[in-house]
Parts: sequence; structure tokens; C-alpha cells
Amino acid sequence: MNPARLMTTTEAIDPVFMFIFGACLVLLIGITAAMLYFVVRYHRSKAPEATSKAEGNLWLEIIWTVLPTMLVLAMFYYGWSGYLTLRNVPEEAMEVTATARMWSWSFSYANGVTSPKLYVPVGRPVRVNLVSQDVIHGFFLPAFRVKRDVVPGMKNHAWFVASKAGSYDLFCSQYCGTSHSAMISTVEALPEAEFAAWMEHEKSGEEQKEHPGHELLEKHGCLGCHSEDGSARVGPTLKGIWGRSVTVETNGAGRVVIADEAYLRRSILEPGADLVKGFPPIMPPFTLKDDELRAIVQYLRGLK
Amino acid sequence: MSNAQPPQASFWNDTGRSGIAAWIFSTDHKRIGLLYLYSTFGFFLTGVLLGLLLRIELIAPGRTIVGPQTYNALFTVHGVVMIFLFILPSFPGAFGNLVMPIQVGARDVAFPRLNLLSWWLYIIGAVIVLVSLFTGGGAPDTGWTFYVPFSARTGTNVSLAVFGVFIIGFSAILTGLNFITTIHRLRAPGMTWDRLPLFTWSLYATAWVQVLATPILAITLVLVMAERLLGTGLFDPARGGDPLMYQHLFWIYSHPAVYIMILPAMGVISDIIPVFSRKPIFGYKMIAFSSLAIAAAGSLVWGHHMFTSGMSDTAVLVFSFLTFIVAIPSAIKVFNWVSTLYRGSISLEAPMLFALSFILLFSIGGLSGLILGAAATDVHVHDTHFVVGHFHYVMFGGSGFAFFAAMHYWLPKFYGRRYAEKPALLAWALMFTGFNLLYFTMQVLGMKGMPRRYYDYLPEFASLNLLATVGSWILAAGLVIMLVNLFRGLRGGVPFEGNPWGGATLEWSVATPPPTENFEEEPLVTHGPYDFEGMGKP
Repeated sequence: MNPARLMTTTEAIDPVFMFIFGACLVLLIGITAAMLYFVVRYHRSKAPEATSKAEGNLWLEIIWTVLPTMLVLAMFYYGWSGYLTLRNVPEEAMEVTATARMWSWSFSYANGVTSPKLYVPVGRPVRVNLVSQDVIHGFFLPAFRVKRDVVPGMKNHAWFVASKAGSYDLFCSQYCGTSHSAMISTVEALPEAEFAAWMEHEKSGEEQKEHPGHELLEKHGCLGCHSEDGSARVGPTLKGIWGRSVTVETNGAGRVVIADEAYLRRSILEPGADLVKGFPPIMPPFTLKDDELRAIVQYLRGLK
Repeated sequence: MSNAQPPQASFWNDTGRSGIAAWIFSTDHKRIGLLYLYSTFGFFLTGVLLGLLLRIELIAPGRTIVGPQTYNALFTVHGVVMIFLFILPSFPGAFGNLVMPIQVGARDVAFPRLNLLSWWLYIIGAVIVLVSLFTGGGAPDTGWTFYVPFSARTGTNVSLAVFGVFIIGFSAILTGLNFITTIHRLRAPGMTWDRLPLFTWSLYATAWVQVLATPILAITLVLVMAERLLGTGLFDPARGGDPLMYQHLFWIYSHPAVYIMILPAMGVISDIIPVFSRKPIFGYKMIAFSSLAIAAAGSLVWGHHMFTSGMSDTAVLVFSFLTFIVAIPSAIKVFNWVSTLYRGSISLEAPMLFALSFILLFSIGGLSGLILGAAATDVHVHDTHFVVGHFHYVMFGGSGFAFFAAMHYWLPKFYGRRYAEKPALLAWALMFTGFNLLYFTMQVLGMKGMPRRYYDYLPEFASLNLLATVGSWILAAGLVIMLVNLFRGLRGGVPFEGNPWGGATLEWSVATPPPTENFEEEPLVTHGPYDFEGMGKP
């Protein structure tokens, strides 16, 4: 790695693409041209009988075994050295933890600030530690040619550096269920000063403590499917849920229940038991402690 | 299917039973082959319909015809149907059964009743998969890869679908055993290993993969069922399990499975190109040997599906290296096919057009595979539409087009009637155009970063998705013309007699359609499979 200027992941990967694409293009054009030429030149209308009975040629076989072998070994080597750039995180990298859950991202910084978008300073390499709370997700930044799976129970990481300010797509690349394609965010690359200002603002914002129930909903990823503002998502909205009369299916039979504490608790612990009409049976059961459940129910009571 | 009235005594009318029982309880390899042909091709058409629905949904961002949950079930079922119910069983089951015993000069396969059982196991498994779509928690929504922990916790009917695939696995193992035994033990006098047609050689290599790799799939699927039903926790990190272990087990089977799908296709191409060039295949031994090399080395490359998974960098190094090694035997085959054309006498009839386009489409698929084999570039395109495009180039442009080539090449022999040539060429032209528009566009989308299995996408991907969907319609139009033409031709077309293309393999020496016993007396093989001296001129 050049100590004077950091090589970005994009700069490491793109030449490998160019090399392999170039070689493939030459091969493809060669094969196609030979095929077309032979088909035209030796078409039965011009060549009523085959003029060769050759059943093979040892030297040709050797040539087209050895040359492709050398070519693919070059591709292998080039591909491997580019991959090493992706794996060797620069020492001065800033650490961020990306937490993935069905179906949202949250990014937390060393000072405790969390954000649904990944804010980074321009020119500073960022090491992203990847944590999953449920199933396997994929952390994918097309602009930086970076991808790494986010596997529950594993400590995966990735790194990148944004050399220009801007907003870059961040996708979940490993299929994770109903709203997989909605599990997208952005990398917001800000000039160093603007990034520092953003961080200051977020830190002060942290002091206004949210309701613990809301924090739990955010922590367990409930808000990925259940909105707090009445808008429709994969699951029913939580706005005004307390005391609402809900049509549910219990063991296949429809009935109407009032959303009380018992109902809300059961819906979290055993979501399939009373399924709200019109919604798919896809919510996984959550195992929460009693005080956590109490805090959530108390918060939902007040969510008008 | 019994509506066709072949002109002479043949396996069509020489039977002890009547009606449907004459088919579904027949142990004749040709009848079983046709059973496989109809059942697998029926599932192919189902998969095509699902694929068209997927493309319509993706024609524009946001919801077009279905919601996200339905979309996820659609692509899962599309994958499961196409892979487990069509491509894996179709080549060995349909054309392997129809052609291979005649090509080696045998009366039937080594174990005819086992052969019938294989078809029954396949149908039972297929029915279980179908039932799983409409019962329990609904159609599986895991993708055909069934990755844990998602597949262990989704409420959809994964267990039953997985059980269906498990049953189908036994069908594949038994077919593999049957073919290995047939090729070893039932070759006619004079049918030495170096006179074996290359289609039979490819089935032989395939059969070993079926026998050795499929049990691993069975074990993996049993473990997924145990995870879901017994809560074993083998793959659950919360209980000390490892989700990556599942991926290893899955790909130890599923990568070799790709070679079950492509090797027989390569065999078909190796049989067709010499016939329509009226010239011996170039490099017979290299093509036969490269099939075995692919089957062997292909069993050691599964890890290239997992470069981004978090497995160790050493594993990435080794698997990337082995992946490039397995590219070489495929390249050798392509060079030998193209060289066979040199100084031949080439006739561009339908089987040959499909065969030549196979070479082109398979080359594009194989070359884009080099991008996926190199560790650096794989990271960017992994799990994007680039992979979807690559896979369809190899599996549809490769195996699919070879399957169409085989239909146009061998089915007239078995029906005794032929299709019309001009509609066949029109169908080919439409399919070839639509195919490239659809899947090349997908590869571009993937390069630009569009992940796969996405129900919805950002506006920047919209125009290319529209283009791909239009391609899917052109492809479908060609497919419909091809099917109508084949159906009409094989039922009521002009009689197909003797050996109009001048093939030198044994299936062209028997009556058309073949009699139940195949050969009136045991044949004595005196020449190679591509020795066209003295073969009937077209």
C-alpha cells in the first residue's frame, strides 16, 4: 500500500475488472469470429463434402490447454491481490458498528451516537464491524466495490474510504425475507468539518432520553415493519393501538379482540397465535424479559 | 401422447398393457424417457410462467402486480422448480433414458424396474413440493438455497418443500447407479470405451456426480428439517451452531449439481456438431477426458459461493484457485467444438443452430464466471443480478438451449415424424435475441450494483429492468412458436425415416421409431461414433 496516499477499495478492484473483462472480450470475439467464419466458409452450399478427416492434433490441444491455464492463473493472482486490499484495514481507520436486523440498519460510533445512515468523513478510512441480530444480511456498497455478509454470531468486518463527498447507496445483499429490498440506507460522506459538526449535534441530541419502550422497539427492529405514525408497512401500525378493536384469526377462525395488555404481550411472544386480518404470518416470535414487555406496553398505551 | 400413430411396429404400440398404465408402469427405457420428458418439461413451462411473472413485477419500481411476500415466494418456487424439478432430472431422465441404452447397443438399462422407481420417486417428490406451496404457512420464501437461520425461522412451509426435494434426490441417485452399471456392463460387442458416443460419456461422468454428491444434499436437507422440527440448533448461533456450516454443506452438493446440469448438455453438443459438419469430432479423447475432469475438479470448488460469507481468507485463496482450474476443461471443449467445424460441410438445420448458439451462450456464461471466480471482482458482483445473469447464461443458454437442440435432434427419431424447419428457425432467432436482451441486461444491472432477490429497486435501475422484461417477452414468444411447431410436427408432421442427417451413432442404425427391443439382434460395433464414411448422405 502506498504510504503517501491511501489506495481506495475502488482503485484496487476496478483494474482487476478491466483485466478480466479485456481478456474475456478477446476470447469471446475470437471464438465467435472463428465460428462465424467456419459456418460461412464451410457451409454445405460451398463445401458439399468435408475436406478434412482430422480427429485431433496433439500440439493444438497442448497449446489451448497451456495458454488458458496461464491466463486464468494470472486472473487468479490478480484477483487475489485485489481481495487482499479489501481485507487489510488501514491502521488509522475509524470504527463504526453496523447492526443489521429484519429489515433496517443502524450504525453506532465509538462515542455511543447511533444513526440510521452511515455518516463518514471524506478521506478517512472507515472500518465497519458487522453485527446481525437475527438472520444473515449483506453489507453492500456498490460505489466502493465492498460487500461482506452480516452473520449472526460471527465477527465480520469491511472497510472503505470515501474520497469524494456525496451520498452513496448501501444495500442489504443477502436475502433476508419480506422487506429485503427495502433494507437499504446510504453512506453520507461529509467533509471533515461538517462530519464533526454532525457528530456534535447528534451527541447533544442523545441527552433528550427517548422513552425506554421506544428504545426497545428500535433495538429489536420492530419499527422496520410497524410504524409509529399510522403509515402502513409490512405489519399493522402501532399508532393508537391501545384499546383498538382488532379482527384477528385464531386457529383459522376470525374473531374481534380489544388490544389490551394480554393481547399485546401475546402478539410479541407468539405472533402467530392471533394473526391480524390482512397481514401475512411472517413475524418471528420474540423472547423478551418481563420488564421489557412492561416498558413496551406502557409506551404503546401512550402512543396516540 | 398416445395419439401419434407411428407407421410400423415400435415401442409405441408394442405393449401388453393398455391406456395410461402402459406408460406409468412401463419398464421400457424409451417410455420412461418420454415420461420424464413430459413431466420435466411441464415443470419447465411452469417455471417459465413464474419467471415471466417475476419480470413483469420488476418492469417498474414499486408494486406492479404482487406484494413483496408473494414475489419472494415466486422467485423461490421458480428456482426450486427449474433446478430440482426440471434441469437436474431432465437430461439424464429424458434424453439419457431415451438415447443412452441404444447408443451403447443395449436392450434396456441395467435395472429397468429401478428405472421406473426412479421416475415414481421423482413424481412423488414433485407432488410433495407442489403440495407445500398451497398448505401450511404458504409457499416457501427462502430462495432455492434455503439459507439458515432464515429458513429455520420463516413461518412458510419450508419443511415440506425440503422433504419433497429430499425424495427427488433418491431418484437422482438411483438413475446415476443405473446408468453407471449400464455403461459398464451392457455395452455391445465392439463398443469399446473409445467408441462410446460423447453424450454417453458425459452421462457417465454425470452419473458419478449424482451418486456421490446427492447424498450430501439429502443429509443437509434432513438437518434443515431437524432444525425446524426438533430445534437441534446445529446452525443456530444462539445455541452454539454455525450458519456457515449449512452453506458449506449446501454448496458441497449444489455446486457439483451445476455439473449434473451442464455435462449432459455438453455431451449433446458433442454429438450434434460432428453430424451437421459431416466430420469426426475434433479431440474425442480430450472432450471425453474433460468431462471426467470437470466432474472431479467441480467437486472441489463449492467455496466460491461464499467469498463474502466470512469464511477464512485461506479458504478464499484455495477455492478461487480451484475455480480457475475447473475453467480449463470447459475451455478445451469449446476449442475442440469450434475446430470440428473447420473444413467440414456445415448444414445449419435447427439442431445445429441450437448447438452453435449453445457454444456462444455457454462461452458468455463461462467467461462471466471468471469474474465470479476472481476473489476481488466476485465481492462486488456477488449476490447481484450479475450472478442471476451468469447463472441463466450457463443453465438456460447452456443446458436449456442444448435441451432444445436435443429435442430437435432426437425426438423425430422416436416419434417417426418431424417438425417444420422454417418455424423452428424463426423460434430459434426470437429465443436467441430475447435471451441476450434479458440476461445480458441483468449482468449490466449487477455490475451497476442491483442486488438479486429484490422486489423493489431504486429509480436508477429502472430503464435496464424495463429492457430485460421486454427481452423476456421476445424469449417467451420464441418458446411458444418452438413448442407449437414441435407439438404439431411430432403428432402429424411428415414422416421421419431412416437416418436423414447421417448420424453414425447406434441410435441412427435402428428402425424409426425404435422397436421395444431396440435391436433385432445384438449389434456388432465396428466403427467409431463419428466415423461418417459410408453413412447415408442427406
